[in-house]
Amino acid sequence: MAPTNSNPGNTQIEEEYSGSLRQVKPTSLLLGELVAHLRQHRTQLREEWARRITEAQLLTAMTKQEIFAETTSVYDNYVEALETGTLEAIQAYARNLSERIIPRGVETHEVVGIVLLLRDVLARSLFAKYQSDFDMLSRILDSYEPAANRIANTVAVGFVQERERIIREQQEAIRELSTPVLQVRERLLILPIIGVIDPQRARQLTEQLLRGIRTNRAKVVVIDITGVAAIDASVANHLVQTVEASRLLGATVIVTGLSPEIAQTIVNIGVDLGKMNTVGDLQGGIEQAERLLGYRVLPLAEAS
Amino acid sequence: MDVPILKQGYFLIATVQSALTDSDLLQLRSALVQRVVRCRSRGVIVDVTSLDVMDSFASRTLRDIAQMVRLRGAKMVIVGIQPEVAFAMVQLGLKLENVTTALDLEEGLVHLNQEFSSTDKRL
Repeated sequence: MAPTNSNPGNTQIEEEYSGSLRQVKPTSLLLGELVAHLRQHRTQLREEWARRITEAQLLTAMTKQEIFAETTSVYDNYVEALETGTLEAIQAYARNLSERIIPRGVETHEVVGIVLLLRDVLARSLFAKYQSDFDMLSRILDSYEPAANRIANTVAVGFVQERERIIREQQEAIRELSTPVLQVRERLLILPIIGVIDPQRARQLTEQLLRGIRTNRAKVVVIDITGVAAIDASVANHLVQTVEASRLLGATVIVTGLSPEIAQTIVNIGVDLGKMNTVGDLQGGIEQAERLLGYRVLPLAEAS
Repeated sequence: MDVPILKQGYFLIATVQSALTDSDLLQLRSALVQRVVRCRSRGVIVDVTSLDVMDSFASRTLRDIAQMVRLRGAKMVIVGIQPEVAFAMVQLGLKLENVTTALDLEEGLVHLNQEFSSTDKRL
């Protein structure tokens, strides 16, 4: 069969290259042949692949049936991507798959591992088919390898991106949860802080507090840091800045529950304590806030 | 652009409408300090709700105005500092020490009324 490729440069190269060859086929036809081969031996190759996955102890979080179902669709998507050269479909599938399997604890190395296994299984079957014709084999591999690499790359990247997206979402959720601004009385907010404060969280905390002051028209804010074991100098500074910024909005801040370590840090960085209104515990803080707002809390018996 | 200064009972209210240049600020300063005595005002409110930037000159001038107004016998409250502006200011070290601040105009009026109702029954 004569080269059907009309590109003169290409033809020349192929002729040079194929000096001793009987046949020269353009890449697209080779790929077509390759895809036909993979379609024809679909069942057998797929089973081989599933066997290799089990052997390598990958995807242990999934059952045999699930692996079978997933491998079938991955295989079909893979062959289709080889055939069309477009990666959108397999990219979308990889995302979708990642979304389903990440919550079940499937690791990155497993996903990359199974794609590389499939690549290996298919390459071996090509070796077996063309072993008698080394030249043909090398040309088949020329068209198979780049496409396969691209696919492997796409799937791995898709998986990692999906993972990162989930991690980002969770971080966001944790952060949202970790800094509630609560109104306990009209014009009185409390902001209980629990856990480690890093600079990023400190900044977010300030933003939420300042926004809360404005939306709730708060006069007094009690920041309770009983649940914070230690802070570093930059976070302590940030806390002081938060107190000052709140004052610019017309709110008084009372800080409660300073641990000895935090008290030490604040003294060490030399903050002017005159401006910081601190009370020992949350109860004391709320009581003082009520006094500032003009409330007096009495037992019912006394009040009547 | 001139900042309008309105007289409301015993108080003067200056509402900043747009970003102020340095000379606008100085103009506001002299106008307020003059009006305080001429109108026999007891309190001054400067509303900066529409400012989304407060530089060091602006905050120093506001602080100066507050002190001058105090020397002229009145109290001053700055109202309406936006949360973002407030945080940017403290990060730059512009803390408006010794100046009273309030959330908005209403809060400022409440504050001034409380200040004077204890000393002056006319208000």
